[in-house]
Amino acid sequence: MPEADQTDAPLLEVRKVSKRFPGVRALHEVNLHLGRGEVLAVIGENGAGKSTLMKILAGVQEPDDGGIYVDGVLARLDSVEAAMDHGISLIHQELNLADNLDVGANIFLGREPLKRGFIDRAKIRIEAARYLSMVGLDVSPDTIVGELTIGHQQMVEIAKALSVDSRVLIMDEPTSSLSTKETQSLFKVVKDLRSEGMSVIYISHRLGEVKELADRVTVLRDGENAGELARDGVSHDAMVKMMVGRDISQFYSRTQHKPGEVMLEVEGLRTPVHPAHPLSFQVRAGEIVGMAGLVGAGRTEMLQTLFGVTPALEGRIRVAGREVTPREPVDAIELGMMLAPEDRKQQGLVLGMSVRDNLSLASLYRDSSRGFLNRTREGEISAEMIAKMRVKTPNEHQIVQFLSGGNQQKVVLGKWLAMEPKVLLLDEPTRGIDVGAKQEIYRLMEELAGRGVAILFVSSEMEEVMGMSDRTLVMHEGRITGELRRDELSEESIMRLATGSNHN
Amino acid sequence: MNKKVLGIFGLLLAVFLITALSSDAFLRPFNLENLVRRTALFGIISVGVAFVIITGGIDLSIGSVVCLVGCGLPYMVMILKLPVFVAIPIVLLVSLLIGLFHGLLITKLRLQPFVVTLCGLLFYRGITRGFTRDQTMGFRNELGGFRKLATAEIPIPGLEFGLPMPCVILVIVAVIAAIFLNRTIYGRYLLALGRNEQAAKYSGINTDRMIIIAYMICAFLSGVGGMLFVLDVNSAQPSDFGNFYELYAIAAAVLGGCSLRGGEGYILGVIIGAALMQVLRNMIILIDAIPQNIEFAVIGAVILAGVSADEVVKRFAARRKAAREFAAAKGA
Repeated sequence: MPEADQTDAPLLEVRKVSKRFPGVRALHEVNLHLGRGEVLAVIGENGAGKSTLMKILAGVQEPDDGGIYVDGVLARLDSVEAAMDHGISLIHQELNLADNLDVGANIFLGREPLKRGFIDRAKIRIEAARYLSMVGLDVSPDTIVGELTIGHQQMVEIAKALSVDSRVLIMDEPTSSLSTKETQSLFKVVKDLRSEGMSVIYISHRLGEVKELADRVTVLRDGENAGELARDGVSHDAMVKMMVGRDISQFYSRTQHKPGEVMLEVEGLRTPVHPAHPLSFQVRAGEIVGMAGLVGAGRTEMLQTLFGVTPALEGRIRVAGREVTPREPVDAIELGMMLAPEDRKQQGLVLGMSVRDNLSLASLYRDSSRGFLNRTREGEISAEMIAKMRVKTPNEHQIVQFLSGGNQQKVVLGKWLAMEPKVLLLDEPTRGIDVGAKQEIYRLMEELAGRGVAILFVSSEMEEVMGMSDRTLVMHEGRITGELRRDELSEESIMRLATGSNHN
Repeated sequence: MNKKVLGIFGLLLAVFLITALSSDAFLRPFNLENLVRRTALFGIISVGVAFVIITGGIDLSIGSVVCLVGCGLPYMVMILKLPVFVAIPIVLLVSLLIGLFHGLLITKLRLQPFVVTLCGLLFYRGITRGFTRDQTMGFRNELGGFRKLATAEIPIPGLEFGLPMPCVILVIVAVIAAIFLNRTIYGRYLLALGRNEQAAKYSGINTDRMIIIAYMICAFLSGVGGMLFVLDVNSAQPSDFGNFYELYAIAAAVLGGCSLRGGEGYILGVIIGAALMQVLRNMIILIDAIPQNIEFAVIGAVILAGVSADEVVKRFAARRKAAREFAAAKGA
């Protein structure tokens, strides 16, 4: 009986889907199914094929092979509109909103209700308000999207998906730029939607979130199914093991360091973003200092000021005993202080250039003679760094854009390693990169600290801060609210300082 | 040779052959020599704008700088009675200062290159028409020696025509430009910042200084071009001397493989692009079937066809590569 078949069939089923790109086998006979009112987490290292699979489901790309079944019926998802007609909406990692338009206009973009040929603003306002209340977002539909926080913008995206009667919401790394609080409210919305029968495919690198939210976990590895975990079977270790295909006994490789002399000394530093709060702290040679806090606490701004991107208004910065007032990144670099920025693609790398050209970009000047390129040295540096950082690339001429996030980050770090840094500033060094690459970054931080490099790293991942730092500074609204030794570190102690509870 | 450069070279050969077959006059020594001379003159200003385009910028003021220098040089020599060896350094210095001015406005005030150089386009021509009172400028019969810089030919044994002097200058300019772009760290800096200025800055590159240098190179070569143009024709009408030259230069650079998005450019390609533009103009004049007043339409159509073909070929190649790899993977 075909009808019974349809009701028994899962809401969404992916059968043996394959997809290739030039040089890459993105997906190979991948299967996946999603029930009604279910939250399915899809996890895997970068390059495991998660994004490709989601793009296929959302109609952005078509599979080379295999089929997608909605309610048991083969569906042809050859455009975003076709996917939407089947009730599938994708919420991108980088939000797709027109931030110069208001919330209502964004929700109804391309589907504006008309009245006598003109946009019916009254109707937009009423309808938008209804969807906004469904996601618990208390803003006026007339608010310009650009004025909302990232967390609220995401809610607008979800409201938009609701407005097209979606049955399946695909969320690609939705929390990657959210604060803890915003993450919590997102979770609440997801749980509410689930209880109303919405199905969600949730992609994340953050295994803690997956554990909290998912009814079931599907793991992809190298473009194939690597396994599946039911709700009771979901554990951090089990997920990591399936993702990387091997046991990770020691995730954070930490040994005790003997801090040496003070390498970075900051006194009364006032940044342009938070001029009211002077910052003072020190980092010693061989020490790894974590900087925790909520998004927007002013940590990135502080690193940018140290690095000379947004010059300080006031204060003293000493690098290895030499005083410096960086007005340009080059001022900091000359003294041996380098920054691996948070926004890798915009600030860390020239995406359209090769691995080699990116690796050598910072050291070109040092190795040049009378302004001429030293191509031999360039080749040596690039070969050395590719090997040392274990950059996975077909060759040094590969365009960096085509590397995975983890390998891109390795190129950024390799560029600075070639300059032999004394102080390394790392801003969210493992954001958006897979577990395997994360571990290699940790190993590298450990190794550099062992060689006497002073490391100051900003991270919004609590686990990472606790795992990697010798000492942790916590920031809240532009000021350093406290410092925690390794034995004082706990989620509670960090959160207390990060939310400024001590001051209230 | 780079694929893009090879493609544009093919197009040049095609247009060359078509013209040679359709017109007897085309291959005559006098015509060829003139063609090479015009190519060299336009090649020089095209190499200049290539540097600006590589940074992701644009310079619309080239034609007006050509006019300023082209009229200013005879004005200083004939009316102000300055010795020519003083006047030439002055016009070249003024060109450099114009580039510096553009660069400072673009990097320090963060104005858009299009706006800055559009204002330059209006300003320098207006100034020139002002101080010359719109009178045609020329050297009459004086300055014979210096005019050789543009008019002389180096005889080539066995050929009926000589190598025009501007061609020698172009070769010198091109070799220096190619070395600068491909062999020095500064060329690499320009290519890097053209693709991502922020990342270049974060890598310790003084991006503002490099951008200023690019605009100075462009304005300087416009000045050199302006000087050679007026030495060549010996007559410059302030209201139209150099009109549209920026567009010829930009078109040559784009045809030669520079991306207006920045970060890409080939000196050899730019010169071939400049040659293509001149052969096209020559073709329109020589082939009777093409009415001369549609010159711009023909040039526009050929450029559009050239860049479209490039894009189509690129997509076709990518698709074929993907299909091949897919087939290989299935077989494996």
